[in-house]
Amino acid sequence: MPFGYVSPAQAMRDKAEYARQGIARGRSCVTLEYEGGILLMAPNPSSALHKISEIYDRIAFAAVGRYNEYENLRKAGITYADITGYQFDRHDVTARGIANYYAQNLGTIFTESLKPFEVEIVVAEVGTRPEDDQIYRITFDGSVTDEPGFVAFGGQADQVSAALKERYSEGMSLTEAFGVALAALGASGNGERNEMAATQLEVAILDRTRDHRTFRRIRAARLEELISESRSAGAKTQPTDTPTAPPTDSGPATGPDSGSTDRGGGVGGGADGPIL
Amino acid sequence: MDRQTSSFADFLAAYSPDLLPGRTPGPAAGPVADSPALRDLPHATTIVAAVSHHGVVLAGDRRATAGSMIAKRDVEKVFRSDEFSAVGYAGTGSVGIEFVRLFQVELEHYEKMEGRPLSLEGKANRLAWMIRGNLAAAMQGLIVVPLFVGYDEDLGQGRIFSYDVAGGPYEEQRFHSIGSGSVFARGALKKLYVDDMPVREAVLACVQALYDAADDDSATGGPDLTRRIFPVIATVTADGFRKLSEAESEQYAQQVVQERMSQPDGPPAPLHVAS
Repeated sequence: MPFGYVSPAQAMRDKAEYARQGIARGRSCVTLEYEGGILLMAPNPSSALHKISEIYDRIAFAAVGRYNEYENLRKAGITYADITGYQFDRHDVTARGIANYYAQNLGTIFTESLKPFEVEIVVAEVGTRPEDDQIYRITFDGSVTDEPGFVAFGGQADQVSAALKERYSEGMSLTEAFGVALAALGASGNGERNEMAATQLEVAILDRTRDHRTFRRIRAARLEELISESRSAGAKTQPTDTPTAPPTDSGPATGPDSGSTDRGGGVGGGADGPIL
Repeated sequence: MDRQTSSFADFLAAYSPDLLPGRTPGPAAGPVADSPALRDLPHATTIVAAVSHHGVVLAGDRRATAGSMIAKRDVEKVFRSDEFSAVGYAGTGSVGIEFVRLFQVELEHYEKMEGRPLSLEGKANRLAWMIRGNLAAAMQGLIVVPLFVGYDEDLGQGRIFSYDVAGGPYEEQRFHSIGSGSVFARGALKKLYVDDMPVREAVLACVQALYDAADDDSATGGPDLTRRIFPVIATVTADGFRKLSEAESEQYAQQVVQERMSQPDGPPAPLHVAS
């Protein structure tokens, strides 16, 4: 064996390790379905350099990792979507198609180039009915997963994901979903909860009820309003910092409780299931 | 380093130029405008535009002609190009549809890539470049000419841009009209238009102008009361693009038709300028 030989398996492990470390330095981003569409939220102190963007009429993009790398992917995705819609019809642009396009590109970059992309991407599509909503997660090596309901990705994805799973339920209102996302992102630290201000958040929705372009950024006054609404709902039901508390009696109907959802069964003994 | 473009049409020209309208190799070089195949292609006719108080109105009749025949009675040639602009076209229908589609994608593509919309002048210039690209096809008879209007958010007013087959844009003041009935429509608007008209009145002036165009130009369709086909009317104001509903445009058209029952030539303009 020549000196300096590195087995392909080792090379792949090294690349994956490198990419994971890069991604782990960043913060998490969450995407979740609610009754009226899909909510995307990321901690982002910049109001100009976006992590969340519009791709097409009903499709949004969220990314974590290295800005220059995911910005390239974002632009490539928009171009792919626009050319597909121009060649065929606007209805022929799907999140699945874009997710596959990203997967192929990231897979090729991972195997062929010396340095893998340090990014993780989510492509979400809002359907005309909630059961048609789709969320895909694409990782640095090009693997795609279909994430029903919600997904957390990026730096502390495990903690955030656990917090999301605990609180998420189907058919939440926007305020409820916002509270869930905010609490999940706040849980990303080691134990202590950090409250996030509007200026530190980037929030967007895919609004099911809108025609044509459904992507909307939530900014300024509306964002402050949602934060205070979700906090006051949270304060009512969470006098202490425990994640499980009796369900709130305010706000619109929340749809099925945790018992009837098809996931998140492991709510740790909470009598009334996840709230917010 | 590769030059990255935020223009969809530029990207298309590099990636797949055959997808651009007017760029496909046409019939043998030389003018063939008198060929019956071209003559009988459906042609869209009259479009009118008028600047209103804090906005602009764009309206078009519904007729498409093929030679001396009526090809279609309910064609639409006024479109939303983005949130703060609208475009209409006169000329070969199929080419016009392609241009409108490309222009819509162009504006949206830039907005998504850059995170901000193009300036109104930027939009008008892009359209000029696209129409210029159709010049060879236009020489062979596939002529299309757009009329572009938009709300300028910086100036807080509506603006109108016109074009010729070689491009443009030419900014128009107050009102403008294109297509076969444009001579009559512009004459009518000249007498009906008042500076800073409220949006409702600017819409009414446009419908009156279209009626006058249909009155004297065989290729422009008037309000079709039996089939209930009425002009397509769009307004662009600070609140964005709005296409009037069928019911609303019917109301305007019915009003004009009712008035013409007693005054077939429409409202007379005063003979002297009020001092």
